[in-house]
Amino acid sequence: MSADEPVLMQGNEAMARGLVEHGCVVAASYPGTPASEILSAVDAWRKQEGVAMHVEWAVNEKVAFEIAYAASQTGLRAATAMKQVGLNVASDPLMSAAYLGTIGGFVIISADDPGPHSSQTEQDSRLMAMQAKLPILDPASPAEARELVGCAFALSEAFELPVMLRPTTRVCHACQDITPAPVNTLERKADFHKDPQRWAATPKFRYELHRALNHKLSQIAAYAPTAPRCLNPTTQSSRAVVASGVAAAHALELITTMGLQEEFVFYQVVQPYPLHSDFMAEIRSSYDDVLILEETAAVIEMQLCDYRTVRGRLSGDLPDAGELLPEIIERILYRFIGQPVPEPVGTTAAGGRRPTLCPGCPHRASFYAIKKAAPRGLYPSDIGCYTLGSNLGAVDTVLCMGAAIGQAAGFYQAYRVTGQQRDIVATIGDSTFFHAGIPPLIDAVVQGARFVLVILDNSTTAMTGNQPTPAHGTPDGTAVDIASIVTGCGVSFCKNGDPLELPAFTDLMREALAFSRDHGIAVVIAQSPCLVDKSVRHARRPQAQITPAACTGCRHCTTQFECPALVYDETSNKVTVDSMLCSGCGVCRTVCPVQAIGQKEQP
Amino acid sequence: MTSQQLIISGVGGQGILFITRLLAETAIAKGLPVLTSETHGMAQRGGIVISHLKIGDFASPLIRPGQADGLIALSTSNVALHRSFLRTDGWIAANSAQPLCLAEPPQVITIDADQIARNMDNPQAVNLIVLGKALASSRLFCTVDEMMAVISRHLSGRPAQLAGALAAVTAA
Ligand code: SF4
Ligand code: SF4
Repeated sequence: MSADEPVLMQGNEAMARGLVEHGCVVAASYPGTPASEILSAVDAWRKQEGVAMHVEWAVNEKVAFEIAYAASQTGLRAATAMKQVGLNVASDPLMSAAYLGTIGGFVIISADDPGPHSSQTEQDSRLMAMQAKLPILDPASPAEARELVGCAFALSEAFELPVMLRPTTRVCHACQDITPAPVNTLERKADFHKDPQRWAATPKFRYELHRALNHKLSQIAAYAPTAPRCLNPTTQSSRAVVASGVAAAHALELITTMGLQEEFVFYQVVQPYPLHSDFMAEIRSSYDDVLILEETAAVIEMQLCDYRTVRGRLSGDLPDAGELLPEIIERILYRFIGQPVPEPVGTTAAGGRRPTLCPGCPHRASFYAIKKAAPRGLYPSDIGCYTLGSNLGAVDTVLCMGAAIGQAAGFYQAYRVTGQQRDIVATIGDSTFFHAGIPPLIDAVVQGARFVLVILDNSTTAMTGNQPTPAHGTPDGTAVDIASIVTGCGVSFCKNGDPLELPAFTDLMREALAFSRDHGIAVVIAQSPCLVDKSVRHARRPQAQITPAACTGCRHCTTQFECPALVYDETSNKVTVDSMLCSGCGVCRTVCPVQAIGQKEQP
Repeated sequence: MTSQQLIISGVGGQGILFITRLLAETAIAKGLPVLTSETHGMAQRGGIVISHLKIGDFASPLIRPGQADGLIALSTSNVALHRSFLRTDGWIAANSAQPLCLAEPPQVITIDADQIARNMDNPQAVNLIVLGKALASSRLFCTVDEMMAVISRHLSGRPAQLAGALAAVTAA
């Protein structure tokens, strides 16, 4: 690549580029939308630039954090990337690392998902930064996200603190023309200086560290490179609009297209916490009316805390949930300058197809077998593609990573202690099991819980783009076997089955249920590869074919099995196969109660 | 400067990201600035997937309702869902077995891309077939030839895929 030509970079690729350009040596992550592409892009840039790095998909975000943090303790530059709910998992080391500080620059990328588009919550990582007392930067675009990575490393090394970077979905999954800069390998060697008073500080010293942290924060509130930027400095007005993150990009474009340049002074805040003290003083003294545009919490608004002049989420001028789309900001701006708000130009119609498991996805067969074997069961489930088992009525709960197992045990105990018994079948994906499923399984064994746990092992992290799991091993490491973990946790019933062999798999489910009712936990490992995993070769299989004369139009296959390739046709009262979608898994043949589904001769 | 705002939508699995990126790369090859917004995550499993593509001098990655110049719809149902993004003089290029009769403008061009893809024995090619139709209408910021050059670079190591892609984009 010639250095001065722009290339199309996704926000996640741009941040990854920034990490590699600024001499990051260790990067660790756990995948989660919208942050998933960051680590794979780091690895791609590393290969392309031929730099020495340790890049790893860690077992979960807490471990990823600790791997990268230790590298920073040795003086190397390091980074960890995750989605916002992943930072919940890593919050324990986060809070403590703020007190202990760092040596080499340490950047924590926590990607938020206002909307939410693909998350359990709309939580704001900037609040997490406030809670941890760490500086956080809030980019408005992919190009700015890359620039702020460099800024974050410099800030981190200037104050020996971890620095957070908070992109949102609209930055992570935006693409932009960006010109790569040369890579600056810093040629540092890992060199850990023992200092137990600091690195293993006791509570007494933590008090001192807390005070030192407060002092650093007051200095960071005067750090020039991350100060708010005034984007129309020649404007004179008693009104100001302050925006951060992608809301600043939306506002900037609206101000230009609506011709509002002279209506108010417009500031972009790149470091929402700690807010710069001079800026706060300026806002309080120079303006009578201030509007804050930020997602999703009132982080800037709370710090300004002059409610006579400052409006935003707390004052009700911004909606209290959901994404700040440009059309919403447009209306807020009109209201702010006291102009009539134009009629909305028609909103996006609701409806359309709901997401569903891929045609031929092995999870669908597993769920079907579970419903068959335990029709009145309780079905706690977990985070992944298989959350879509809710379409089949085979997912009753989704709380957070690993909770299927904790909740299965909790349901068992709640029924047992009130003198009842229910069939309980928990489902969890292979990657999620590694991530957070092992401690609750140990707990369930120790407490004598009784349920069936189906580990949906498609040997990949499918939802986020097919990242590897620990069962794959790495070139330098050893693969970790799921069944050994299960038996190592003390589970005596642990059997494998292929859900695409539906009748045999349903029998296995029945056997597991019978065991669980009398003895304890039964684990079934449902092994069949994800269909979209490009690292696995998928043979072309003959597609399904309906015998119209035999099809009674009962719709069992479309409602109970819910393969999107099976389409019910009202006029003929028959089901047909969509040849654009059918993957030829063959499972529907055993699902049809009257054997109306066969297969084509040719693949 | 050339300026164009496009919505590209369909259902997960149809390759909306791929054609969004091809268009974005074609813009860059022409020296134009570009901003896109993509859909990832759960929706990619057969749900509604939408890309915003803005070519020219823009700051926000999203298109407001009523501002898009064109809508490329890889599935017929997306026309109703996303036509509100269009300007009153906007156009639609849609994958549809039947011609679409919409009550008022926009101008609509349709192509039965599913059938063409089936005939080509390449169900994955629907995205490129509809893109080719839109290109052939001369309403896009780039030409078929400029797009073919980008596709050729993109798939240079994979001759079979490249031949399939070029056939699809010129099928209309
Ligand atoms: S991506 Fe894989 S795991 Fe996810 S629904 Fe499709 S086949 Fe199933
Ligand atoms: S064979 Fe049946 S179940 Fe499998 S993808 Fe085709 S229609 Fe769906």
